[in-house]
Amino acid sequence: MPSDSDTLPAAERAAIVRDSLGVGVATGVYGVSFGAVSVAAGLDVWQTCALSLLAFTGASQFALVGVLASGGAPLSGAAAALLLGTRNTLYGLRVAGLLRWTGWRRAAAAHLLIDESTAMSVTRGTTPAARLGFLTTGVTIFVLWNVFTLLGAMAGTAIGDPRSYGLDAAVGAAFLALLWPRLRDRRALVVALAAAAVAVVAVPLSPAGVPVLVAAAVALLAGLLGERR
Amino acid sequence: MTWVAVLVAAGGCYLLKLGGLSVPPRVLERPLVSRVADLIPVALLAALVAVQVFADGRHLVLDARVAGLATAVVLLLLRAPFLVVVFGAAAVAAGLRLL
Repeated sequence: MPSDSDTLPAAERAAIVRDSLGVGVATGVYGVSFGAVSVAAGLDVWQTCALSLLAFTGASQFALVGVLASGGAPLSGAAAALLLGTRNTLYGLRVAGLLRWTGWRRAAAAHLLIDESTAMSVTRGTTPAARLGFLTTGVTIFVLWNVFTLLGAMAGTAIGDPRSYGLDAAVGAAFLALLWPRLRDRRALVVALAAAAVAVVAVPLSPAGVPVLVAAAVALLAGLLGERR
Repeated sequence: MTWVAVLVAAGGCYLLKLGGLSVPPRVLERPLVSRVADLIPVALLAALVAVQVFADGRHLVLDARVAGLATAVVLLLLRAPFLVVVFGAAAVAAGLRLL
């Protein structure tokens, strides 16, 4: 259970900050790949930076530009981004009782609620430790993710046709890298393969952007069927 | 229209985060909600991989992107960092197109 103590031993504090900075730096710099991929998909530098500043959740941002890159309608892209964003809701439910912020602090903290800030806080035993891990990770990634998004977008604009640099292949690789850690779970692997197959079958049959949304139905079906766990 | 998508996605993503921090935890305790919420990112990311690699508009094609994806798989099996995976896949696809 979280304690009400506001003080942390110096050694524990230093360890949390060190771990969080490490994760934050490693994650933040891959904003450069989002910036490059986003301008390759046809967004301008302003739109690209607005996404990183305002949406600030990597997989959703990649999903939006990925759908646009394949010729999908902008609102299909937004829908894919929102579906992926539901995972942050799940994280919020898990950490709310540990972080225990209310009012404007909760509203501000919500913007930093992403995979990494959750991971660096959910394992802590006390509220002060969880808050320190959450804020250090979240703020570090927010700053670096936005700086590197801008750098990537400017570099991507400068180099001309993105296909000759293979940036279209980079998008698929980015999604696979985000998915990879989940594939160790056998059910997740089955769902992933089924969703990919459904999407491929749907490509010739539906407007661009729709296949990705249809594939989300696989998750719904698996959830309805799966009584295990 | 692109700006509309950007702003809808940004506003919606924020509200999804705030909602999670604000909703009573018993909603999550319903097993169906929990399972579906857990599997949706998996299904979406897998579908995005497939579409990014095999689709060209409404056509299915095999081109240099497939080699890029294969490179990504090998790099992930070797536990390469995210950036190496992404730019390694790009480099292989770009190299094939130069041939």
